[in-house]
Amino acid sequence: MTDSDEDQADALFHALSDRTRRDILRRVLAGEHSVSALAEKYDMSFAAVQKHVAVLERAGLLVKRRDGRQQMASGDVNAVRSVSAMLADIEQIWRGRISRIDDLLAAPPDDSPR
Amino acid sequence: MNITAHPTTPKDPTMPVTDVQTDTDTNTLTMTAEFTAPVERIWQIYADPRQLERVWGPPEYPATFVEHDLTPGGRSKYYMTSPDGERFGGWWQMQSVDPTSSFTFTDGFADADLNPAEDMPVSTNRYSFKSTATGTRAIYTSTFASAEELQKVLEMGMVEGATATIGQIDALVAA
Repeated sequence: MTDSDEDQADALFHALSDRTRRDILRRVLAGEHSVSALAEKYDMSFAAVQKHVAVLERAGLLVKRRDGRQQMASGDVNAVRSVSAMLADIEQIWRGRISRIDDLLAAPPDDSPR
Repeated sequence: MNITAHPTTPKDPTMPVTDVQTDTDTNTLTMTAEFTAPVERIWQIYADPRQLERVWGPPEYPATFVEHDLTPGGRSKYYMTSPDGERFGGWWQMQSVDPTSSFTFTDGFADADLNPAEDMPVSTNRYSFKSTATGTRAIYTSTFASAEELQKVLEMGMVEGATATIGQIDALVAA
């Protein structure tokens, strides 16, 4: 696994390590909820629920959109995770290119490949 | 917006990547790298096909540019050769080219004759270079039209694949 995969796995497991967050995720996977509607379900402040939502969002488990003054949250595991995983693959290809540029810069000027 | 950023302090000085941002809404990847060479030197790599082919494909899939014209409207044709000798063609179509500071181009797949393949994904790219106190900051941006195109790019054409590239980095780090 690459560092970015590991980072993503860390974020994912961290997000799922909390009971409230797992509960929020179950709700948003079933359908879109406003963050304020979610906050009403728990015996904690709106800000605390908002923080949980943000953790889920960072892990790629939840997406938010704005609807007027409301923040709407939905679980979008497949769409979001797969695109970010694909971009992570492209990232690895680019890292290879960038490190080869660095290599080439360090090579003697008359070093010809073929 | 589904933007993830992970600014990093490179663990190894041979890895000059300083920032990576992915935007899953626009299927865009932006990478920032710092090189300890002046912008003119970095530009040379992209202008000279012999240097470009040394960095474009990993050793397992070396790239050969049979045409390369880094001027506005210029075109490039290249292929990458797999370990089995199979060739995978690609093309670049330059748009704006502003020597030593930036260029934009589309990048797509080519058929056996290195002509653009139909119904294949095309990515839009912008490479820019800025002079810094220690050398050059390069910003690479690639945008794919849709998640489906991104998927296709990975399935069909990015022959060098992540695994080969990681192996390459490991070898470099161990060297």
